[in-house]
Amino acid sequence: MQIFTCPSCGARDEREFHFSGELGKVRPNTTGEVNEEEWATYLHTQGNELGAVREVWMHMTCAELFVMERDSVTMEVLSTTPLRKDVS
Amino acid sequence: MTRHYSAFNLLREGLRGHKGWGRAWRSPEPKSAYDIVIIGGGGHGLATAHYLVRNHGITNVAVLEKGWLGGGNTGRNTTVIRSNYFYPESAALYDMSVQLYEGLSRELNYNVMFSQRGMLVTAHSEPDMEMAARQLNAMRLNGVDAELLDADQVRRFEPALNFGPNMRFPIHGGILQKRAGTGRHDAVAWGFARSADAGGVDIIQNCEVNEFIVEAGRCVGVNTSKGEIRADAIGAAVAGHSSALMKKAGVELPINSYALQAFVSEPLKPVLNSVVLCPPFGTYVSQSDKGGLVIGGGLDRVPSYGQRGNMPVQEAVLSGLAEMMPSLSKVKLLRHWAGIVDVTPDSSPIIGPSGLDGLYLDCGWGTGGFKAIPVGGWLLAHLLATGKHHEISRPFDRNRFVSGYLIDEGAASGIAH
Ligand SMILES: Cc1cc2nc3c(=O)[nH]c(=O)nc-3n(C[C@H](O)[C@H](O)[C@H](O)COP(=O)(O)OP(=O)(O)OC[C@H]3O[C@@H](n4cnc5c(N)ncnc54)[C@H](O)[C@@H]3O)c2cc1C
Ligand SMILES: [Zn+2]
Repeated sequence: MQIFTCPSCGARDEREFHFSGELGKVRPNTTGEVNEEEWATYLHTQGNELGAVREVWMHMTCAELFVMERDSVTMEVLSTTPLRKDVS
Repeated sequence: MTRHYSAFNLLREGLRGHKGWGRAWRSPEPKSAYDIVIIGGGGHGLATAHYLVRNHGITNVAVLEKGWLGGGNTGRNTTVIRSNYFYPESAALYDMSVQLYEGLSRELNYNVMFSQRGMLVTAHSEPDMEMAARQLNAMRLNGVDAELLDADQVRRFEPALNFGPNMRFPIHGGILQKRAGTGRHDAVAWGFARSADAGGVDIIQNCEVNEFIVEAGRCVGVNTSKGEIRADAIGAAVAGHSSALMKKAGVELPINSYALQAFVSEPLKPVLNSVVLCPPFGTYVSQSDKGGLVIGGGLDRVPSYGQRGNMPVQEAVLSGLAEMMPSLSKVKLLRHWAGIVDVTPDSSPIIGPSGLDGLYLDCGWGTGGFKAIPVGGWLLAHLLATGKHHEISRPFDRNRFVSGYLIDEGAASGIAH
């Protein structure tokens, strides 16, 4: 199994981790009018990059959400950073 | 030079030491312009070329393939061909494909080895049986054949399945589609290639499309590793690499690319009659003519372009197989691989205009586009030749993601492939 690094728990088996989505999608501001195209883009359009990607992952055993940078071709993990700023 | 395959020519060539067989297709250098250029020499791209010739009489066509023919998912799939889908739009699409497959060996003069051995999807509880009946009724309403089997009938049909007292999810019955089956992956690609080539199409391998040429808002050609090639209309059928390619045309897609894995065992005496899918285990299996078990399961959990197998899925799929048929648990694997599949939010394909004028898409087939090679080619050829949707492809236009009219087969059929 591949080893991923949780920012809180350290090196763990890949099966403990859950892929949550690409980083950087911003939910349309629903206090104003949101047209169909904007919704469709938000809901469905994917970057789906070949090579370096930045994604949100969860370590399910501790429920920590964090940013993982990896290579989508080689599967090499480049970095993992907590989404919270106050993690020590 | 002998080109037609027949018993007579086989005999004649046999007497001449098989020295007179011609090449199945040429390897031409690309011209600077064509009426139509197709990107991707997998089954869908090659079938498109064949149907451009056959249905529309358009022969000034090139297929551009960055590697070798069928080296993508077409050569990596588990070759299940079926039309047991739920929604009317899907039934029309996939059943047309099964019907085209039924006549394909004759049409192409190439044996694609479509073996209609049936596909069985098992049900493992009373609620499962009710859902199976609902699925069956939907299929029949859509004009697709299927039968509901009870546990005894399943046992008689596939005696190797697990009916032991300790089975975690005992078999209550299943749905059988008798017209479903398997085909020969290479033969489908090669048969379409040979037929398109005979019709005048240039099939160009080792030719990667790197850029699109856009003039006055219209796509008028491509820059390739073999130079610039212009065309009046361009079709793309590049499966898992659709997002990466379309980005170069400024087109974003609702697609995630995932690795999908498959496994082949050492050859065995016949143990299976059909293709069997047991949904609770997420595993399906058939037996090839050489005797190897061809085993598949669900997608990887993580988007990826890494075209190789990995352990978590191997563990899940093979432990599923051992539960389905414990007698197979000691069988050894020969090969294990992955292909990169293009998955849409509703598990249905995207067929239609790309959003950039002159550029058309046939992608998003995800885990299940081998069965759809003839129909995908037929519909993309129609779009390229006429600029308009065929009535069967219209519901699969990418505008469904804006209108919300999704064809959510992933959830409805409960089947991964
Ligand atoms: C393990 C596995 C099991 C499967 N099992 C089944 C099954 O049982 N039944 C079923 O129906 N489907 C199955 N599928 C899905 C099926 O294989 C695909 O949907 C189908 O083969 C897609 O065909 P295609 O021609 O669109 O793509 P491909 O066969 O992948 O062809 C696309 C081609 O485009 C080329 N290309 C990419 N980028 C470029 C470029 N820039 N320039 C030029 N060429 C380019 C690639 O090299 C490739 O040859 C399975 C897939 C996998 C991976
Ligand atoms: Zn953790």
